[in-house]
Amino acid sequence: MLVNEKIAIEHGLKSNEYKKICDLLKRTPNITELGIFSAMWNEHCSYKSSRLHLKKLPTKGKKVIQGPGENAGIIDIEDDDAIVFKIESHNHPSFIEPYQGAATGVGGIMRDVFTMGARPIANLNSIHFGSPQHKKTKNLLRGVVHGIGGYGNCMGVPTVAGQTCFDNSYNGNILVNAMTLGLVKKDKIFYSKAAGLGKPVIYVGSKTGRDGIHGASMASASFDEKIEEKKPTVQVGDPFTEKLLLEACLELMSGDSIIAIQDMGAAGLTSSSIEMASKGNLGIEINLNKVPCRETKMTPYEIMLSESQERMLIVLENGKEKLAKTIFDKWNLDFAVIGKTTDSKNIELFFDDQKVANIPVNALVENSPMYDRKWKKSKLPKKNKIKKEVLNKIKIKEVLKKILSNPNICSKEWIYQQYDHTVMGDTIQKPGGDAGVVRVHGTNKAVAASVDSSAVYCWAHPLTGGKQVVCESWRNLISVGATPVAITNCLNFGSPENENNMGEFVECVQGIGEASAYLNFPVVSGNVSFYNQTKEVGIKPTPSIGGVGLIKNYKNMITMDFKEVGNIVLIIGKTLGHIDQSLFARTILDEDNGPPPEINLFNEKNNGETLLKLIKESLIKSAHDISLGGIITALSKMCIKGNKGIDLKKPKFLISEIEYFFSEDQGRYIVEINPKDIKNVIKILDKNAVHYDELGIIVDKHIIINEKTKVTIDELKSYNTNWLKDYMDS
Amino acid sequence: MKSTVITFPGSNCDRDMDVALNKFGFKNKMVWHDDVELPKSDLVVLPGGFSYGDYLRCGSMASKSKIMQSVVNFAKSGGLVMGICNGFQILVETGLLPGVLLRNKYLEFICKNVFVKVDNNKNPYFKNLDKDVFEFHIAHNEGNYFCTKDQLNEIEDNNQVAIHYCSADGQTVEQFNPNGSIKNIAGIFNKEKNVLGMMPHPERMIDQSLSGEDGSLFFKNLINNIK
Repeated sequence: MLVNEKIAIEHGLKSNEYKKICDLLKRTPNITELGIFSAMWNEHCSYKSSRLHLKKLPTKGKKVIQGPGENAGIIDIEDDDAIVFKIESHNHPSFIEPYQGAATGVGGIMRDVFTMGARPIANLNSIHFGSPQHKKTKNLLRGVVHGIGGYGNCMGVPTVAGQTCFDNSYNGNILVNAMTLGLVKKDKIFYSKAAGLGKPVIYVGSKTGRDGIHGASMASASFDEKIEEKKPTVQVGDPFTEKLLLEACLELMSGDSIIAIQDMGAAGLTSSSIEMASKGNLGIEINLNKVPCRETKMTPYEIMLSESQERMLIVLENGKEKLAKTIFDKWNLDFAVIGKTTDSKNIELFFDDQKVANIPVNALVENSPMYDRKWKKSKLPKKNKIKKEVLNKIKIKEVLKKILSNPNICSKEWIYQQYDHTVMGDTIQKPGGDAGVVRVHGTNKAVAASVDSSAVYCWAHPLTGGKQVVCESWRNLISVGATPVAITNCLNFGSPENENNMGEFVECVQGIGEASAYLNFPVVSGNVSFYNQTKEVGIKPTPSIGGVGLIKNYKNMITMDFKEVGNIVLIIGKTLGHIDQSLFARTILDEDNGPPPEINLFNEKNNGETLLKLIKESLIKSAHDISLGGIITALSKMCIKGNKGIDLKKPKFLISEIEYFFSEDQGRYIVEINPKDIKNVIKILDKNAVHYDELGIIVDKHIIINEKTKVTIDELKSYNTNWLKDYMDS
Repeated sequence: MKSTVITFPGSNCDRDMDVALNKFGFKNKMVWHDDVELPKSDLVVLPGGFSYGDYLRCGSMASKSKIMQSVVNFAKSGGLVMGICNGFQILVETGLLPGVLLRNKYLEFICKNVFVKVDNNKNPYFKNLDKDVFEFHIAHNEGNYFCTKDQLNEIEDNNQVAIHYCSADGQTVEQFNPNGSIKNIAGIFNKEKNVLGMMPHPERMIDQSLSGEDGSLFFKNLINNIK
């Protein structure tokens, strides 16, 4: 087939990009070459709209072993141990085919982690759906949850934490972000940089089929009413094969046979081979007839663009082929020598004795397009004034019922019960807490991880929202007693070609960068998902932040459940009564204007670090950060989990009771302290200039809000636990 | 005491079982499904997981593994064989245990703590325990035990029900049946009581920091009974 501009545009390329390809090659590409360019130059693989801005993120730190640019980031967790982790989106495929889309999202991120030599030890996910009333939501939710569970459970990796949100803006574009943590010895890390000439290039794993062709291109475009027709671009997962691939790869990695290894993810064989060659500044030669195929008569174009799952590409030391083959035979996996490294610095493909593609590697990588897209700065919205009469009319108990049963607050037990969260025998904090915690097998250490997003804040003011998500992740880790180490980010946005959406992206990234630099909480990996958009309507800007922290002695881990009647409960951090953009404002007052709560990075850092000090001195019995839904929501969860109540003190401020209980001021935690320790705690708080207020005393069975309002723990439980299950059953 | 854990392609609780057995004093060996001979053992365990991806039917392909002939012979000669979760499914597929394990009633994977009541304590697995209600952990998609009426009569006549799902105080009522199992059955024996299959994972309850410690009680007692 002769290639022309029209065909290039059908491949998602712009006409100027097609011209650039012809210039770089000094000729017209053939169809296979065009396919390869389109796969490498789409937004998903090339980061052409985001690269410029991502460069500004802080990515270095004392604990960072590997920052962005590899399959995943790596941090040092002392001794000989390191944690490999990353979050990645699988949004577009999950909307088209929720089970397979979500499943292969989980499979893909686990492959990114074990490609580096790490055994996956924890999975997390952040999933966003449209309004519960929207006709597609229930089926999408069910399919995504089944898909995540179906893959992760079979792999035997515990899913330890996650986040589920509902908002109208995801009606036409759901988000499925999957995160994996893996454990590796520092001297056993594997990279994707090829080295040496004439080294065998090995294909292992599943056979190549016709599934997922153009998957990455599909994920780089907006949706329209014909989106259902894109089903063939969704990959089909086989977690059983991936489990075998994991064990086989780790077995091969225990020796010294591997020079470089790269999983075949987005854009399959194309991006994996080109990435390894590019990093090693080498050429690569592949005989496509040697690629194990599942279907007959596959063309070079199809073989190169297939996104069949559970495949790896390895550059091996000479002479190790036999040893490697024995291992892959044992695990019943395909193994084929398909090519070698060369000094041509080109990717050269052969099929039926013909050269079917010959492209300089740097044309595909270094010369890929990069755009400085137009973007619009957003203004900080003006504060709303809520009338006293409105607040006075509100009955706290009724509001509490509505808030605790709100889809974004209610218990997600229906979801996490479907994920195996205890396999591997090291999960010491299960889903439903501030962060999931797993022990580092056979040591006293534990790793905490959480995933967060705050799309509403980001939508109201992207810069503040970007900062807030990083701070929330930091707080969640501190709340379980972990020292925050680093983050991974999944940046979900609308079309970069729209200057409002692009502005949201630029400013969220700026906010993330400022907060992570200030908190010394660097970004070590991540991905960008643009075009979460149906026709002209994009989603709310939704950066998801996956945070990872270290607990040196797991016995010092903190949970949020109230422990003992008679203990004193404090709020760390100042309550100012910021109601705008709170869950209360949006669901009770029906008001969605106004600025998000302000972020004060100094207080954030000081409050968090001081709390960690208290935890290290064993002065804290339980802790929970205050986020969506304010003090009363956080408190209710601590009561429900501990099956205890609290007698609340009357707040001494000038703000109303409603503002006190439902505002979402940042940098706050609720902590439980034994009366014998209170003097000591206050001394440390004062010494570090941390603001605190006394909230109340733990009692048996009620939250006693004031003389007139009392709620039993059983009532709180029924508000909180039933919504999701009832919704799914209805 | 010597134990053996069989690893099938897709097993994923094999390491957890190895950790638990070693912790409570067994000298455990891991054996690959493709091996033919079983090392000298006082206990053979088929661990949980997704052998062969649960394809065809859970446990069916694993039941045809090379090593299984030796396991069946070992069981028939009176050796102790315990199958947990997928291991239970494999035992049913070999015919060492009666009945089948269907998909959970609500068609969803379930991962949570449950209570089980020990029904029969005249066997090497449960004798000498101080209590009869245990908190164990389940994590499965196909744990809905089913058998014919005749089989059920036979199972009950021979006291082959090992554990029932129950409430915290030992009531074996439908409300506490997590997966639709016939008569709340969570685990059964063969006639001779040397082969045990159960859905709950005692190996996930061996540490106060994990889900709980009832698994520790189970393993401590088991090794004492075998000694």
